[in-house]
Amino acid sequence: MDKVIIANNLSLSYSNDETIINKASFSINSGSFIFITGASGSGKSTLLKSLYGALKPKEGSLIVGGVELHGVSGSKLNFLRKHIGIVFQDYKLVKEWTIEKNIMLPLIINGYEKSITQNQVESLLKHVRLKHQAGKYPMELSGGEQQRVAMARALSHNPILILADEPTGNLDDYSSQLIWNLLEGANTQLKTTVIVVTHHIPEAMGVAYKHFHIEFGSIHEVN
Amino acid sequence: MKSIKNHLSLVIALLSILFSIQIFTIVDRSVIAYKDNLATNYSLVVVSNSALSEKTIIEADERINATIELSPDDVIQRLNTGMSTKNMELLKHTLPKFYKVKLKHYPSPGEIESVTKKLLANQSVTKVENFSQSHDTIYKLLLLFKNVVSLFAVSIFVITTLLIFKELRIWEFKHSERMSIMALFGAPTWLRSAVLFRLAITDALITSAVAFGLFVYMSSSPWILKQFEDIGIHIILFDPLYDFAILAGVAIFLSILLATLIVLGHKEEV
Ligand SMILES: Nc1ncnc2c1ncn2[C@@H]1O[C@H](COP(=O)(O)OP(=O)(O)O)[C@@H](O)[C@H]1O
Ligand SMILES: [Mg+2]
Repeated sequence: MDKVIIANNLSLSYSNDETIINKASFSINSGSFIFITGASGSGKSTLLKSLYGALKPKEGSLIVGGVELHGVSGSKLNFLRKHIGIVFQDYKLVKEWTIEKNIMLPLIINGYEKSITQNQVESLLKHVRLKHQAGKYPMELSGGEQQRVAMARALSHNPILILADEPTGNLDDYSSQLIWNLLEGANTQLKTTVIVVTHHIPEAMGVAYKHFHIEFGSIHEVN
Repeated sequence: MKSIKNHLSLVIALLSILFSIQIFTIVDRSVIAYKDNLATNYSLVVVSNSALSEKTIIEADERINATIELSPDDVIQRLNTGMSTKNMELLKHTLPKFYKVKLKHYPSPGEIESVTKKLLANQSVTKVENFSQSHDTIYKLLLLFKNVVSLFAVSIFVITTLLIFKELRIWEFKHSERMSIMALFGAPTWLRSAVLFRLAITDALITSAVAFGLFVYMSSSPWILKQFEDIGIHIILFDPLYDFAILAGVAIFLSILLATLIVLGHKEEV
């Protein structure tokens, strides 16, 4: 089976040199659904940052979508990121843009036609139950609503890989179920690889998944 | 409301820069016009034993523009205390010749000295009156004025730089978040900075248009025209083609420079 991510002796640290992830080796099959858990501060967000190339590997190698991320930059990194959909823990919505325009961003970057873009954004707004908020700005929305905007944006361009950092962290049970359904849908219908950082793995998952746990800088699979 | 606020800060910064540039241009033109005024009013007087041709005088120094002989009648009139016509004619012949000498431009004290020396080199010239005393005072005033204007220009330059750097900080703060987010979704540099450049050029065009209106209005204001009339200076206050091209050019150059600095200085945060 195709590997979408291959990590070999991967070590991660910030500029202060404290090791967050220590010589981790793992691989993720294309089209799989992955949960990552771990205590707060264990390095879950840090690992995701390395997967979209914001934090370069300190040691070892990390290949995502066939691109070696060690020292990658410029157009090669842009090319990879165009095919990833990220839900950030702090949402990272563009404040001066409307909800609609925020969801459009990946579509614009990927050069989609205007009509396709319009249709896609409309259908996503419906899916995340924000149809009536399309013209509002992020600051006018609740935390949970912003989180759903971030989810819609991550899905908009049908990426090959979705990275979601605690995407239900601010949501009630009903909205959380909405998010899980969307992620499952992308995984089953579009064969999108989904990697989700979460504190609670939902009880009733409609898809088979793998579970990785981060502890003391190492990553191991939970069976 | 939001969009107006977005544009206002850079437009105001640019506008004050354009305003300073135009003021400096006007002052510079006034100084030149004033110097021309002085040059037409300033002349030396040459006293000679024998008649000198116009060519001889003009060729004495390349800075000499023209010369005219002063008629001795005035002098004689004043001496006329019942002299006979015959004696008068005799006196007219024995009197030295007077020539008024005009220069091409308003001279410095050194130039006056050198022109005087060259004129005196002629054997028949006995005296050159150059009015150096009063000339000196006017010349020093003019120099002082020019120095003040230069100082003014330097302070404009400093204030401009400070304004631009302040604007740079504001822009960096305002645009870096969006540029970072766009980068995280793989936007190439040109797309990330497109908004910035569009904003920069829009602001430059708005500023140029406002400046155009302002200066056209100013240069046709009766009050301002009267001020220049009163000091006898006739200059173009605002050339809607030449001056506007310079102002618009400066505005566009500065705003694009600003946007470029931000794009080049942008770092992705982790
Ligand atoms: N930008 C940063 N610079 C330095 N240290 C950081 C930075 N971001 C996170 N850390 C540190 O890295 C560790 C892991 O953080 P993070 O990956 O955010 O944890 P979590 O598992 O809660 O997502 C923490 O000790 C945190 O303090
Ligand atoms: Mg985290």
